[in-house]
Amino acid sequence: MWSYTEKMMEYFRNPKNVGEIENPDAVGEVGSIVCGDALKLTLKIDPETHVIIDAKFKTFGCASAIASSSALTEMIIGKTIEEASKITNQDIANFLGGLPEQKMHCSVMGMEALEAAIENYYTKKGIKRIVGEKDRIVCKCFNVTEKSILKAIELNNLKSVNDVTHFTKAGGGCGKCRGDIEKIIKDFWSGKEKFDFSKMTNVEKIKIVEKILNEDINPRLKEDGGFIELIDVSEDSIKLKFLGACSTCPASSSTFSSVVEKTLKDKIFGKFKVELM
Amino acid sequence: MEKVVYLDNNATTQVAEEVKIEMDKFFSKLYGNPSSMHFFGGQVQKYIDEAREKVAKLIGAEPSEIIFTSCGTESNSTAIYSAIRLFPHKKHIITTSVEHPAIFNLCKYLETQGYRVTYIGVDENGMLDISEIEKAISSDTAIVSVMWANNEIGVIYPVEEIADVCKKKGVLFHTDAVQAVGKIPINMSLNKIDMLSVSGHKLHAPKGIGFLYLRKGTPFVPFLIGGHQERGRRAGTENVPYIVGLGKACELAYKNIELENTYVRKLRDMLEEGIISKIDYVRINSKNALRLPNTTSVSFGYVEGESILLMLSEKGICASTGSACSSGSLEPSHVLMAMKVPMIYAHGTVRFSLSIYNTEDDINYLLEVLPTIIKRLREISPFGEGKPIFGIDSCNNHSHNH
Repeated sequence: MWSYTEKMMEYFRNPKNVGEIENPDAVGEVGSIVCGDALKLTLKIDPETHVIIDAKFKTFGCASAIASSSALTEMIIGKTIEEASKITNQDIANFLGGLPEQKMHCSVMGMEALEAAIENYYTKKGIKRIVGEKDRIVCKCFNVTEKSILKAIELNNLKSVNDVTHFTKAGGGCGKCRGDIEKIIKDFWSGKEKFDFSKMTNVEKIKIVEKILNEDINPRLKEDGGFIELIDVSEDSIKLKFLGACSTCPASSSTFSSVVEKTLKDKIFGKFKVELM
Repeated sequence: MEKVVYLDNNATTQVAEEVKIEMDKFFSKLYGNPSSMHFFGGQVQKYIDEAREKVAKLIGAEPSEIIFTSCGTESNSTAIYSAIRLFPHKKHIITTSVEHPAIFNLCKYLETQGYRVTYIGVDENGMLDISEIEKAISSDTAIVSVMWANNEIGVIYPVEEIADVCKKKGVLFHTDAVQAVGKIPINMSLNKIDMLSVSGHKLHAPKGIGFLYLRKGTPFVPFLIGGHQERGRRAGTENVPYIVGLGKACELAYKNIELENTYVRKLRDMLEEGIISKIDYVRINSKNALRLPNTTSVSFGYVEGESILLMLSEKGICASTGSACSSGSLEPSHVLMAMKVPMIYAHGTVRFSLSIYNTEDDINYLLEVLPTIIKRLREISPFGEGKPIFGIDSCNNHSHNH
């Protein structure tokens, strides 16, 4: 039997916010009945303030999947979309007092449903957002994308294929993609080791950040008429500023975290902040 | 927990009171080693002999054909390794896709050691086709191993007929009978099975004792090598209290075999009928196959097995799932996958396994609690009758084997 925390069991026994909101402002559906767990998240969002007024879930899955879904709804009600989008699977697991390693994928499902709902919200509003290019499905048994795997590796400091399986389920079915996952892990960590923020001089930092902005970030922002500029670097931070269409776009802070910050953190290893001036 | 309703007897059983009493004096009174020259050890031997006779009687064997082991898994490993060491040039094994991990994972391991393993599949009722086994046998086949009854779905396999086929082809045949012995009548004098594995704790003996039946005249290489115990076929000082306990448990099982097939079967059927009449979207797996009288595998649509188990557990009811999340792996059980159980059901499977110690009250209590649990979980589930099932598209273009 799993060692579930008392708090998790309580959220399983008496889950809060079960159900579906009528005429929701956002819907996130992830997982499937075939894969063994699935979550439908519906949100009511204040159009002025972008605050999540209400959240309800319906979950097919094990006890920790139900508890994670309920925890997620509790965590996001009252937050703005932008604040909510910063919630990670670790936050969900921590809220429940921790989850067994093999059940971490339940918390990842919560995070992904929220991402899907936010995506759905922006699409409905007609706000174009830049989405990642790593939507390739790596694990075909559980329908897990490269993006999800990379996110789990980064957030949870995963180093082995088994770690990735525990957190995302990827590789836990037929096992055919395990070689692929191993390569993703290797590439992720080897890329990081080339640029260690703490070991670089300020001149090196400026050169590398400028290079990443020019090659990886600005070409994508320019498609929507915006771009981003490097203002300064310090011992532990990179300071940037949006210009053009980005400086007035309501989705710019989400672009900042999902594209700018993400790309820099992908390419440069070590502890540092990415700040928007 | 106040009330405990134990419906997980295929996992393990309670030790019969009579067995416990019988074992007691062999811990601190008659604790001698039967191999010793002195009277104190020597006097123990006759109790082992008696136990061996009781065990042999339960399965219609000769006492000399019984080798005591530590568990069902040891018996299984002994049988398979004996065959492959007897015929080191033969590199092929035949088994089924629904074996217990004690055989399944051993075969998976042997595949990494240069062996070729054929896993015979089953149909949607969990039944297998003997002609497939016959076709798979070649001059390279060292052994065929097919379970007598399946632990998850309770299906009984035609092992006696398979043994005939193997005999005709000159190949050794072993059966993992851990779930069958004590639940259905077995008479080894009427068949040609070479080796048969049994575990004590599935028939009201304690954990840590089992035996391997080895037909007289069957070539054999021991697994544990050392002393001369068990006529040199299984070294290691005899586990006297447990052997005596197993003997008593087999004596009781012989007496109770009728009850298993009348009283226990009636309770099981009552449970199935109750579930079908009280809950929608259920399927009894392998309902139309020949099954053990004590086992039922029930799949509940649109809900997940672990959630059902935990909610049952909160009410003091013990059962188990054949599906993924409870066992640490992520796919539904290999047995249900081999049977291609429909996807809306596969993950919501619960196994109830009864014993003679269960009562009608137990079943009534389960039938009172279960419909509420399923109803509650279906309220939480996004799936249900007439509701769109999302996420399927990406799953349809790969093989899930559901």
